Amino acid sequence: MLIPCPYCGPRDVSEFTYQGDANRPRPDPLSTDRQAWDGYVYDRLNTAGDHREYWQHSGGCRAHLVVVRSTLTHAIVSAGFARDEAAAKPKKTRRKAGAKP
Amino acid sequence: MAEYSALALLKNALTGNRDWKPAWRKPEPKPEYDVVVVGGGGHGLATAYYLAREHGITNVAVVEKGWLGSGNVGRNTTIVRSNYMLPANVRFYEHSMKLWENLSHELNYNVMFSQRGILNLAHTPSQADDFIRRGNAMLHDGADAVWLTPAEIAKKVPGLDVSAKARFPIVGGLLQPRAGTARHDAVAWGYARGADRLGVDILENCEVTGFLREGERVTGVATARGEIRAKKVAIAVAGSTGRVMKLAGIDRLPIESHVLQAFVSESLKPVIDTVVTFGAGHLYVSQSDKGGLVFGGDIDGYNSYAQRGNLPVVEEVMSEMASLFPGLAPVRLLRSWGGIMDMSMDGSPIITTGPLPGMFLNSGWCYGGFKATPASGWCFAWTIAKDAPHPLNAAFTLDRFHRGAVIDEKGQGATPRLH
Repeated sequence: MLIPCPYCGPRDVSEFTYQGDANRPRPDPLSTDRQAWDGYVYDRLNTAGDHREYWQHSGGCRAHLVVVRSTLTHAIVSAGFARDEAAAKPKKTRRKAGAKP
Repeated sequence: MAEYSALALLKNALTGNRDWKPAWRKPEPKPEYDVVVVGGGGHGLATAYYLAREHGITNVAVVEKGWLGSGNVGRNTTIVRSNYMLPANVRFYEHSMKLWENLSHELNYNVMFSQRGILNLAHTPSQADDFIRRGNAMLHDGADAVWLTPAEIAKKVPGLDVSAKARFPIVGGLLQPRAGTARHDAVAWGYARGADRLGVDILENCEVTGFLREGERVTGVATARGEIRAKKVAIAVAGSTGRVMKLAGIDRLPIESHVLQAFVSESLKPVIDTVVTFGAGHLYVSQSDKGGLVFGGDIDGYNSYAQRGNLPVVEEVMSEMASLFPGLAPVRLLRSWGGIMDMSMDGSPIITTGPLPGMFLNSGWCYGGFKATPASGWCFAWTIAKDAPHPLNAAFTLDRFHRGAVIDEKGQGATPRLH
């Protein structure tokens, strides 16, 4: 299995570290919604087909990637930098340190 | 008289082996059953067998999408053991071990259960402490365990390098003498035959394509061979849990599907007469009765439903094998295969009522499902018959993750690929 790192080009899967399912939006760190955190920690879509997942090119440029890969065939559909996705997300309003909840 | 006996062998040999009956019938599906078990693997067949034998529920169908033995029951490394530490696990697997010990006799089918022992090698003093602690926990809960010194290990497994010069010096090993191996296909066939003789219908090539519902309640399954109604629907589909449960509208579960590869070498004269596991990496090896070395290591480590793996893990497992048994390095590999595991979030199984009314779920076996086959079927049958778990599987609920009652044998947390 070759993963096309957007910085280094196609490299063998053994250079990468799998970091899990990217379908789980992490709840707001300040959230005390127990159900949301339970779901984030334990529940998975477990997709059969194209699966969004995080990989790190730990044996190369060390970039964190979002890879779409078929869990049925191991075919890679796309690979991009995780930072680009994070930047594209609308910014969350953050409470200032010391502010009352 | 038992159907299979020395006398029956002799009689059939003298009459040209023309009178053997098929091991199970090929019935047409009935429109309704008391229980439909989805999944004709070891766990599903054992469930049907114990439903009929222990609880008198014989109006049962097992529906299987392929043929019997085509899934994980034929894709494992055949190891049977109960060397766990957490009480819920060791009691459950020890119950399984006791069922294994009588299985060939009970089924009148030779499952070739061979109590050749399993030896877990320790390579550091802290690992030795950990293994001895596990051994004590096993003894405490009624299993068996013996600590072996390097000299005793050298005598038991002559191919191992137990000298201090070894790359990973062996400081000792935990042996479970009653552990061993069984012929995995025979386990499926034996349970199938046993269930069939008690009246269970085994429906092969009968893929489930949907669930029949009345409101929330599950009332049957839609299959490739038509709709089948059932008072209770039990799911035991190993690595396909995610896919099958999606058909019932359950789209998130505390499970990820991963591929585990296994390997068989060419046949050799006897070299290893026990099961050996390598504590410095992850390797388990035994020798089959045909002579092939049967071995495996870690899962590939990323979600997969493909029943085949990738090369990095092959290389890793081969290098561990050569490190542990340098003398076996020239042996050629005969074949390899992959099975799909439903890795749960704490590494322990799920045998439970629900998650929908009328439904029962057996899953989350990670890569330890084969040894659990008898107890899994036994406990699942109890749960289905009584609508409540037996004390042996009461801890294996689906909601334990959300109650903070996880059974995390390895202490890895909610990272399924590490269990």
